[in-house]
Amino acid sequence: MSKSVQPIDVFARDLPRETRDAVLSSVMTRVAGRKAKLEEDYGDPDALRRLAGEVKQHTLEHLDEYLEQAEAALLKNGAKVHFASTAEDAREQVLAILNENGSKRVVKSKSMVTEEIHLNDYLEKNGVECVETDLGEFIIQIDEDTPSHIVQPIIHKNRRQVAESFEEHGLGEYNDDPQTITRRARKHLREKYLQSDAGMTGANFVSAESGRLVVVTNEGNARFGMAANGLHIALVGIEKVVPRDKDLGLFLNLLGRSATAQQLTVYTQFIKGPRSAEQPSGPEQMHVIFLDNGRSKVLASKERDILRCIRCGACLNVCPVYRQTSGHGYRAVYGGPVGAVLSPLLAGDDFPKYADLPKASSLCGACNEVCPVNIPIPELLLRLRSRANQEGIKSAGSPPMAPFAKLATSPKLWRTAMTASKAMNHLPITMMPVKPLQAWLKIRTLPKWSGGEFRRWMKERGRN
Amino acid sequence: MKNDEDTVKLAVKEALLGLGERAVLPEYDSALLLSARHKGSEQDGWTEFAENFSAVSGKPMQEVTDLVEFLKEGGFGKGYCDPELKQAVGEVLVEAGLQVSYEFDHQRVDDYVFGITKASGVIAESGTVILNDEDTVDRLAALAPWVHVAVLTDQKKVFANIPQAIENLGGSSNVIWVTGPSKTADIEGILIEGVHGPGVQICLRIGEGK
Ligand code: SF4
Repeated sequence: MSKSVQPIDVFARDLPRETRDAVLSSVMTRVAGRKAKLEEDYGDPDALRRLAGEVKQHTLEHLDEYLEQAEAALLKNGAKVHFASTAEDAREQVLAILNENGSKRVVKSKSMVTEEIHLNDYLEKNGVECVETDLGEFIIQIDEDTPSHIVQPIIHKNRRQVAESFEEHGLGEYNDDPQTITRRARKHLREKYLQSDAGMTGANFVSAESGRLVVVTNEGNARFGMAANGLHIALVGIEKVVPRDKDLGLFLNLLGRSATAQQLTVYTQFIKGPRSAEQPSGPEQMHVIFLDNGRSKVLASKERDILRCIRCGACLNVCPVYRQTSGHGYRAVYGGPVGAVLSPLLAGDDFPKYADLPKASSLCGACNEVCPVNIPIPELLLRLRSRANQEGIKSAGSPPMAPFAKLATSPKLWRTAMTASKAMNHLPITMMPVKPLQAWLKIRTLPKWSGGEFRRWMKERGRN
Repeated sequence: MKNDEDTVKLAVKEALLGLGERAVLPEYDSALLLSARHKGSEQDGWTEFAENFSAVSGKPMQEVTDLVEFLKEGGFGKGYCDPELKQAVGEVLVEAGLQVSYEFDHQRVDDYVFGITKASGVIAESGTVILNDEDTVDRLAALAPWVHVAVLTDQKKVFANIPQAIENLGGSSNVIWVTGPSKTADIEGILIEGVHGPGVQICLRIGEGK
């Protein structure tokens, strides 16, 4: 492997054309939709992004207090609260709750955190059927695949591949019409809901003030999972807490628009506790498991800002590296720019295994600019790169970025480059102003240069 | 069951020990969150709701006769109606020749093509219907049928915007905001309506003070 080629590049090179095309066309639509929606509704959404970032940062830095508050509120509402240190603990707790209730059939709505702890396999091994109900996740499950995007798990598949899977799994003859596929899934999964005896969800947010768990879906699958059976288990990362109900408004407005260009996701559930006494459908028991699994270590690190993430997927969509590789290139549950920071950190002692991921970035700054909670992802990537260097971890492909960094940190040089920046959108690779980038860019593409934000970031960085 | 409460809480406490000054909670006016499209008091709340609800493929209605016509035209011949809406809605449908049941049988949820239940409010700014556990006679009745009709009877429950609706979440253990029919774009980004929940979402406004 040549010096500036990383494992992710090899993955990208070998990625079938069909997959790359599927990813690319999907992310392009999402990028355009997100931008249009935010601009139409807010003009410049920057003030809101910064505010949301500050609220989340504050919460993280007071997480000890907010966790206590959230727990107390949930208990008051009649929910049961558990804490799990590791993935293994969480899996065991889920199984124990199911066993206590004699539950053998679980319907699950999309949740990255259950992916993170590899819950499905574990439950299956222990005699519990666990069915994914989000259409994309369901397809992932029958294909024994893994999601390649936080919001759109099957972004790497086209309709023909989905139709083949349906045929193979006895869900009807080959038909690649998305509507037919969706109706078949509706029918199949409806039976699963009605036979289920427990529903599992994650949570997008938890209000410490009221204990309300917020769960959003477009398909209505989380709602169905919480209407068709009597037991609700929510597995929630400890970083999902926000201070007040008021803040839910802030985050919901940003999440829908950033993830799917919607003002609000179709079904936004505010769940305080078990169903009310008069309600004939839904869980009589609600269990919330707060999961650490490495998060407290991330909280202790200088890269704690990454825990602000609300999993909107916007940074994946704009990332030139993600676009070439899909999420699978990152070899971890969380891919894209957020994953390049989070996955090595969550890996704990296995950090060296993922130490190359922070290098899978052109540091173009696009991820920071779209992030609804304003996470300085490029800065965090640089920190992790230097951590890998300090720890003497050898992994392939660190592009020699020093001249680029010099350019970026010198206001005068940078301003000059900025003036010429529009031209960079049209420059052939060989004319890129920074030498090492030329070689590196042969196998990558930069997103359209928009400038400005990145410079501010570098300036702030210089101050710290 | 093993509960790691102390371990997790201690780990979080310790993680924060080294922090110097901790970030303060910024105070902000929720007016910041309002969409530039939001008309606020310039327009009556229902009209704004109706526009925004239509924009997300919802169907706003103000007359039971419109509902009758829609159900008949669509061939949605039988369904369920909350007994409390029997007089105002159910009987009108029956008179028009539609089959209406006032009991929702969990054993045959797929037999109901439409489900008529009460709305707990609407949000004008986002075109959202609010349902809560107290007003929704049965969660499944509002979810399983292909057509869901949420009936708004209390005109005071037209909330101007999202912050106002959040302030009024109330004590219900379960509140759900429904902004259009159930949908997905999982396959090649192509929009399909009616995944697990209703493919048609109606909001019917009836009663005094419309
Ligand atoms: S890091 Fe920011 S942009 Fe990326 S998924 Fe998280 S919240 Fe969204």
